[in-house]
Amino acid sequence: MRLHQIAHCRTGDKGNISNISVIAYDNRDFAMLADLLTPAYVKQCLVGIANGAVERYELPQLGALNFVLHNALGGGVTRSLALDAHGKCLASAMLEIEMPGR
Amino acid sequence: MKTLRIGTGAGFAGDRIEPAVELAQNGNLDYLVFECLAERTIALAQQARMADPNAGYDPLLERRMRAVLPICHRNKTRIISNMGAANPVMAGQRTLEIARELGLTGLRIAVVCGDDVHNQLDANTFTLMETGETLAAFNKPVISANAYLGAGPIVDALANGADIVLTGRVADPAMFLAPQIYEFGWSMDDWQKLGRGTLVGHLLECGGQITGGYFADPGVKDVPDIARLGFPLAEVSENGDAIITKTPGTGGIVSVATCTEQLLYEVHNPACYLQPDVIADFSGVMIKQVAPNRIAITGGSGHARTGTLKVSVGYVDSFIGEGQISYAGVGCVARGRLALDIVRERLKITAVDCQEIRCDLIGLDAVLGAYTGDIATIPEIRARFTARTSSLADAQRIGEEVESLYLNGPAAGGGVTRSARQIVGIVSGLIDETLITPTLTMLEV
Repeated sequence: MRLHQIAHCRTGDKGNISNISVIAYDNRDFAMLADLLTPAYVKQCLVGIANGAVERYELPQLGALNFVLHNALGGGVTRSLALDAHGKCLASAMLEIEMPGR
Repeated sequence: MKTLRIGTGAGFAGDRIEPAVELAQNGNLDYLVFECLAERTIALAQQARMADPNAGYDPLLERRMRAVLPICHRNKTRIISNMGAANPVMAGQRTLEIARELGLTGLRIAVVCGDDVHNQLDANTFTLMETGETLAAFNKPVISANAYLGAGPIVDALANGADIVLTGRVADPAMFLAPQIYEFGWSMDDWQKLGRGTLVGHLLECGGQITGGYFADPGVKDVPDIARLGFPLAEVSENGDAIITKTPGTGGIVSVATCTEQLLYEVHNPACYLQPDVIADFSGVMIKQVAPNRIAITGGSGHARTGTLKVSVGYVDSFIGEGQISYAGVGCVARGRLALDIVRERLKITAVDCQEIRCDLIGLDAVLGAYTGDIATIPEIRARFTARTSSLADAQRIGEEVESLYLNGPAAGGGVTRSARQIVGIVSGLIDETLITPTLTMLEV
């Protein structure tokens, strides 16, 4: 099962850091998300994108996780050579993630 | 109990104008806030001001003011905006002239300055967050340096009877926080209220992003009548709790999902959202639907502010040249790769000094990185070659080499586009808030 089936995401950018929220459509799926989407697993799935540390913050009352990806925006929005310098599309990469064992 | 109605008139410099007009007309607003200053915008505005001392404020200021001033004047809706950019004084002057031309009277315009700290910064001690070195060691031509002011000077402007407040750099949420502080008489050390007011500002500051913009995913997250997306407004209670909504009849959707996405937009640690006036704490926020397109926001909080302000420094970084060309049909990926190899080789042969090169095949690997699937099924790609150079002339050479692929490159390449531009970069640091003295100038029609 892909994350896209149970959650939605939004990407934000600050300098060379991208943050991607992961929000369960149904709060009852939050425990599974929190269990499966470890920072290490997300970093592994977003190889080539999450080039630095990955931090995770939890908001269980909202069914939401917030991932902070360091060194993810080609040196920073203002000077990156990337087509999508803001990394606006990265939420879609997150939604492609397969939920292991599901 | 008093309820304050604050609407968003713009979420970025180029935002649509007609939803702002619609909101001004039908929102029964106390305040209409236009957020128009992205991180780099003020540095570009400073360059514009250096070229023309009368420029440097938001290029859409005139159109926006002409569109909403008569309505806001009639409805007693006050306007707050950072459209002053690098030249708030001229923005105020121009707004004054527009008000006169429109025949409006009894208008007070406040201009907030003091964010420009270019001449105040000590390059030998100012330390950059990004690199840890001093601005002096960074050694790049600085264009601008602006501190993110808090709500204080805007509150002062409102207390002075301002109908319109124009600023340069202020923290985006502070433009929304200020009217809450002023109208509800919140103390500047009531951290919980300041945190809640910041939360409202954070949710509203990107305009359509909370009413269904940056959200639609057809079949999964559908947004009704999205081409007519309405801009948001908040109904704020004295305790700082709020309802986020939009005016009836507009397109879009305000839902728990749109509000939750926006809550975390550009946020790192939700418990520690650093602002000039407060460290806002979103970690306990509750988001609940109370009626269609009406979402209750509660549970915001805050902690004592840090006492430092963030300063954004704009500098001339480099130049970027880019060229694109399309290939289609059988072997398109191989021809695209060949095209990129040719450009790389040509730039070497002709001694173009590239500091950094990036090659993409749009449709294959330009956004999400290396593609590992079957390339035989790819119907078309667009080869994109981009490089950083130290001169505009070298940057232009990139596009020239891509364009010459028409006659000299792989078979059947078409649709070349090219560009070359100067890159203004941004670095940041902190400054003690006591070193900043915002000033207020009142103009009157």
